[in-house]
Amino acid sequence: MDLSSTYNDKVVRQFVIATILWGIVGMGVGAFIAAQLAWPALNFDIPYLTYSRLRPLHTNAVIFAFGGCALMGTAFHVVQRTCQTRLFGDRLAAFVFWGWQAVIVAVAITLPLGITQAKEYAEPEWPIDLLIAVVWIVFGIVFFGTIARRRVKHIYVANWFYGSFILTVAVLHIVNNLALPVSLWKSYPVYSGAVDAMVQWWYGHNAVGFFLTAGFLGMMYYYVPKQAQRPIYSYRLSVVHFWALIAVYMWAGPHHLHYTALPDWAQSLGMVFSLILLAPSWGGMINGIMTLSGAWHKLRTDPVLKFMIVALSFYGMSTFEGPMMSIKTVNALSHYTDWTIGHVHSGALGWVAFISIGSLYCMIPRLLGVERMYSTRLIDLHFWIATIGVVVYIASMWIAGVMQGLMWRATNPDGTLTYTFIESLAQTHPFYVTRLLGGLLVLAGMFIMAWNVWRTWRGVRAPAPVPIPTAVAA
Amino acid sequence: MNHALIEKNIGLMAVLTLLVISIGGLVEIVPLMFQAQVIEPVPGLKPYPPLALAGRDIYVREGCYNCHSQMVRALASDVQRYGHYSVAGESVYDRPFQWGSKRTGPDLARIGGRYSDAWQRVHLLDPRSVVPESNMPGFPWLAKAQVSAAEVESHMRGLARLGDPYSEADFASVAAAVNGKTELDALIAYLQGLGKFAPKETPP
Repeated sequence: MDLSSTYNDKVVRQFVIATILWGIVGMGVGAFIAAQLAWPALNFDIPYLTYSRLRPLHTNAVIFAFGGCALMGTAFHVVQRTCQTRLFGDRLAAFVFWGWQAVIVAVAITLPLGITQAKEYAEPEWPIDLLIAVVWIVFGIVFFGTIARRRVKHIYVANWFYGSFILTVAVLHIVNNLALPVSLWKSYPVYSGAVDAMVQWWYGHNAVGFFLTAGFLGMMYYYVPKQAQRPIYSYRLSVVHFWALIAVYMWAGPHHLHYTALPDWAQSLGMVFSLILLAPSWGGMINGIMTLSGAWHKLRTDPVLKFMIVALSFYGMSTFEGPMMSIKTVNALSHYTDWTIGHVHSGALGWVAFISIGSLYCMIPRLLGVERMYSTRLIDLHFWIATIGVVVYIASMWIAGVMQGLMWRATNPDGTLTYTFIESLAQTHPFYVTRLLGGLLVLAGMFIMAWNVWRTWRGVRAPAPVPIPTAVAA
Repeated sequence: MNHALIEKNIGLMAVLTLLVISIGGLVEIVPLMFQAQVIEPVPGLKPYPPLALAGRDIYVREGCYNCHSQMVRALASDVQRYGHYSVAGESVYDRPFQWGSKRTGPDLARIGGRYSDAWQRVHLLDPRSVVPESNMPGFPWLAKAQVSAAEVESHMRGLARLGDPYSEADFASVAAAVNGKTELDALIAYLQGLGKFAPKETPP
């Protein structure tokens, strides 16, 4: 069969396997470092296993390896289906896959060795940053090249989000990582002090906004309607919330620096725009959830849809919590505490991981040319174990965070501080143990998924290429 | 504008997207690069001396920022616990900045001189021998590794290229300052210098 008349699903399948593999690795490292916080003997006095070197490995692995592979794989899947054309450049697409895996392996080796820029979520050193930039640009070429040769007039809304995610992450990555190398594995950033702080959190917050939000909204806009077999609730809402979201997100970074030495005008701007951000965020959530109008009954029997709707609920919850935490008086309590960690995981597990998992379960049977996943009951089990895990995780971190914030500021009648710092840490121990339990449940869910996917895959030797429909829909 | 126009033209959509996402960063970052409060060092502040710079690079390498902030916020409880609130002029030679985002351990912006060198040494090697409830990892390997003068000098020359005011005399002083010192000595030198140039007057 002529290649150009079929979809390139090989690269999508590769990304699916990588997503599940890196999900297990990244969450496994997360569970290990969570245990280290509860029982520090687990650091073993070995530099490569020390918490402070492994925590960046966890964040990078779950965001860029698990999340990144899910985004690239689904972007390649969605852009072909919605443009009704084969992916632009088979070899370029293969380069994106193997290049990204090389980045991940390089990061996984260098971070435990202590090779780091020490800028959060941008830890990898300059040679890896260069490789990331090259792979990312090729990713963009493949994606936009496919759109350019689409066989439908309109660019589907999911692609707006994937496109803005690709463009913005390129800008963020390049600007934040400008640095002068002093050796092969050490560089100093061109920015210093407060400017470096502002650039870093402009990057850091928009890594959330564009990597962990816009990209996954692209996923939502394709797979939720697909799984529900219903059209998107409102076209107008998607137009408004797309432009509002990408414009407003870029201003919100300074809320990571409240009451710091960053000038007040920047802090105030960051807070105001963070509050405004609630509106476009909820626009997206409403558009996703209301897509189920007329199909609510499917939630009773379809655990894949449950993953997606719970993902959107967590998205709505964490995008309410975020603006609330950006209010300076709330932030005075929450900042530097485990509340932030709870907030991040309600977004990263509840929203990002759940929408990815739902989308993968929706996509995998279609990719393999089979009717359904090996076991729907195992998907349901995965759903419940992961949901309970996330709730246990974030609830323990909320309580711990609020407790820490209150203990740090408590004063005696004579005006002296009530608690020493170490007292607040000692009080946190049970919550660290509980958090580990929640994390282990989420990790167990990933193993169930891996088993289910393996069993589904086993029966399929070589999946037949999917032909591109010849009758072009308007 | 009719949105259908944008939806049918990927070039137009990409350009508009880039335009829309550029504004926030430009408005918030560029003015800071020219604001005196942010770019001028506090009185007396000099770039890090060789041993402290080596210590700072170790602080960065070990990822201390994952649990320790270096930023006393302008809040009564922060100031009471740690000391004078941090000002931007204290970190103009910090590449990267190390303000942090999480306090699993206490803030370190004012840690210099709070404890003796001997306490820091024991604490870094085995934190629970002096603070039983601590969950900080030990860093025993620091005591076994030597600081390399050549490396420190090349790092200082790199920082000078970025504009930090190091002189030839500073480069010449490296060997005498770091020879025979361990990474543990260097890290302690860095920690003991933190907060040295904090504003002195009591906050209002």
